[in-house]
Amino acid sequence: MTAMLLRAWRYRHFILSSIRTEFRARFIRSRLGGLWMIIHPLTQAAIFALVMAGMMGARLPGMTNNKFAYALYLLSGMLAWSLFSEVISRCLTLFIDNGNLLKKIVFPHISLPLIVSGSALFNNLLLFLAIIVLFGLLGHVPGVQMAWVPLLMLITLTLALGIGLILGVLNVFIRDVGQVVPVVLQLGFWFTPIVYTPNVVPEAFRPFLHVNPMTTVVQSFQNAMLFNMAPDFVGLAWLVLVTLLLLGGAFIMFRRASAEMVDVL
Amino acid sequence: MNASVLRVSGIGKAFRTYRSEWQRIFSWFGVSVTPAAEHWVLRGVSFSVAPGEAVGIVGQNGAGKSTLLKLITGTQRATEGGIEINGRIAAILELGMGFNPEFTGRQNVNHAAGLMGFSREAIEQTMPEIEAFAEIGEYFNQPMRTYSSGMQMRVIFAVATAFRPEILIVDEALSVGDTYFQHKSFDRIRQFKEQGTSLLFVTHSMGDVRALCDRVILLDKGRVLKDGQPDEVVDYYNALIAEKENAKLTVEQRRGKNGWLLTKSGTGKVRVTSLKLLDAATGQELAAAHVGQKVELVCEASIYEDVPHLVLGYMIRDKQGHVVWGTNTWHTKQIQRGIRKGEIITYKFPFECALGPGSYSVTTGLTATDTHLADNYEWSDNLFVFDVVNVDKPIFIGNVWLEGQFSIRYKNR
Repeated sequence: MTAMLLRAWRYRHFILSSIRTEFRARFIRSRLGGLWMIIHPLTQAAIFALVMAGMMGARLPGMTNNKFAYALYLLSGMLAWSLFSEVISRCLTLFIDNGNLLKKIVFPHISLPLIVSGSALFNNLLLFLAIIVLFGLLGHVPGVQMAWVPLLMLITLTLALGIGLILGVLNVFIRDVGQVVPVVLQLGFWFTPIVYTPNVVPEAFRPFLHVNPMTTVVQSFQNAMLFNMAPDFVGLAWLVLVTLLLLGGAFIMFRRASAEMVDVL
Repeated sequence: MNASVLRVSGIGKAFRTYRSEWQRIFSWFGVSVTPAAEHWVLRGVSFSVAPGEAVGIVGQNGAGKSTLLKLITGTQRATEGGIEINGRIAAILELGMGFNPEFTGRQNVNHAAGLMGFSREAIEQTMPEIEAFAEIGEYFNQPMRTYSSGMQMRVIFAVATAFRPEILIVDEALSVGDTYFQHKSFDRIRQFKEQGTSLLFVTHSMGDVRALCDRVILLDKGRVLKDGQPDEVVDYYNALIAEKENAKLTVEQRRGKNGWLLTKSGTGKVRVTSLKLLDAATGQELAAAHVGQKVELVCEASIYEDVPHLVLGYMIRDKQGHVVWGTNTWHTKQIQRGIRKGEIITYKFPFECALGPGSYSVTTGLTATDTHLADNYEWSDNLFVFDVVNVDKPIFIGNVWLEGQFSIRYKNR
C-alpha cells in the first residue's frame, strides 16, 4: 500500500499535468469549455426548482424567510451529488477507457483514479464557488458552518472513489456492470433527499433513508450551507468508517485485479 | 554473466478463462478456483542480456514475441518465473499512445515524459534537446492533429530516447519516417549502445536483424527454439518457415571451418550433389577468384523423386550476410518440367566476377516455384564459399567492382 502511494508520488508531475491537461482539453475546441461542468448541474437544479417549487408548490419547512429557499436547498444537495456521481461514473469506465494505455505503457495504475479525483474535486470547487455567488444573488448569506464544506467534499470524494474503484474493476471483467450502474445511480438520486425533504417521506420508511450513505452526506451539505448547522457528528463518524472500509476494500481488490486486468482489456 | 541488465528465468504466461467471471473475482480473495481453461502463450523462456548487447527477437506471428516484450516492460505480469531488470526500460512505439491530437507537440512531449516518470525539472531541462532532435520547426508548437505521421514519429522517437535507458526496445516502428530521420535515429541508437544500453529488436526484417544484432532469439509457439548468432538463427528461421509448408521437419545446421554456417532444409526430392566454381576459360576448379575474372558456377542436381517443376535459385552473400546478388530459373524463364527420378541436371552459370575483395558464400535453392515457401525440395544456405582477391585492379573498397577510370582536366592551366 505504501509502495503503491510512493510510486504515485514519483509520478506526481504526471498526475498534476494530466489534471491540467484535462481542463485544457475541455477549453481547446469549445467556447465555454469547462464552464459546461458547472452549467449542467445548475440547469438541472433550475429545472427542478421550477417544476417542484413553482408548479407543485413545494415549500421548505423552517425556511420561510426566503422565497428561493427551495432552490437553495436543491443547490446544496446538487453540489454533493454531482461530485459523487461524477467520480463514480468516471471510475466505472476508467480502466476500459484507458485500456490501451494500461496495455502498452508501464506506469503506476493508481495514477488513473488519482487524476479522476483531482479533476472532479476541482470541478466541484468551481461549482461550489458558482453556488456561493448564486446564493448571494438569491439573498442568502451562508454562515460560518459553511467552513465544513471542503471537509465534506473530501469525504464525498473518498466514498465515491471507494465505490467507483470497485465497480470500475468489476466492469473490466463483467461489462454488464457498466450498464447497471447508471440506472442504480439514477435511482440513488431519488433515494437521497435532494429534491425533497426527509419529512415528506412516510414515517415508516424514514429510517431506511439513512441506509443510503449519501443521505448523511447530502444532509451535512444542506446543514452547512443552508441552515448554518454543524454536521451530525455521529452520522458523520459512521460515514467516515464506511468510507474507509470501502476504500480499503477497493484498494485490495484493485491490487489483486491489476495483473489480470491488462490480460482481458 | 553476472553483470546482465536483464535476466529472464523460466517465465511463462497463461491466459485463464473461468466458467464465470465471478470465479475469477473470488480467486483474488483467496478462494481457490480452478480455471476452466488455461492458454499458455509463453513458457519456460530464459535468457539474459549483457549491457550494450543487441538482441533480436524473431518468430512468426503468434510466437509470443509481443507477450514476451510486455512481460519484460512490465505491462503484463508473468504467470510463472521471474524477470530481473537493472535499470530503466524504454519502448519506442508505445509512447504515441499517450498523445492527444488536440495538443501541441510540446504539451504532448511534456505529458509523455511525465508518463515515463520524469519530474517537471528534468523534462524542462531536456525539452530544447527534444525539440532540436525532432527537427519539425514551428510545428512543435502546433496541435498534433496537423502533423504528418512521419512528424509524429519524429516527436515520439525524440521523447522516447531523450533519456538514455538501460534497455531500449525497438520495434518495426523504426522504419517509419524519411531516410534522413531513419539514419538519425539509428545513429542515436548506436550511440546508446556504445554507452552501454542493451537493445531488444523485434522485427520481421531479417536484414535488420543481421545488420544490427549481436544475438538473435527465435521464438516458436511460446518457447525459445534457438538462441545464438544472427546468421545461425536467421538461416534456421528461414528454413523453418519453408518447412512449415512441408510436413517433414529436417533442418540441419553446422558451421564450416571458416565460420560460415551451413543450413539445409527441404523434402530432399531433389538435391544439389555438387557445386563448383570454375574458371570459364580453363575449366579449372577455383577456391578464390580474381576481381573481374570470367568464372562459371556449376551445379549438379540429382532427382530422387518425380517432380512436376524444378526451379534452381542462386544467392551470393557477403561475410555480413547481406545478399549481394540472387536470381533463379523461374525469373530467367528456364523452369524444368516433368522431371523423372534418377535424372541428373547440370546448371552452368557463367559470369564475370565483378565483386569486391572478401569472402562470399553461395546459397542454392531447389524449389517448385519462385519462392522456397511453396514446395521446398532443398534449400542450402552458404553451401559453397569462395574468396575474391584483387590482383590486377587498383585498390578499391566495397562489394562491387565498377569498371571505370578517372579523366582529369584542368580548367585554367
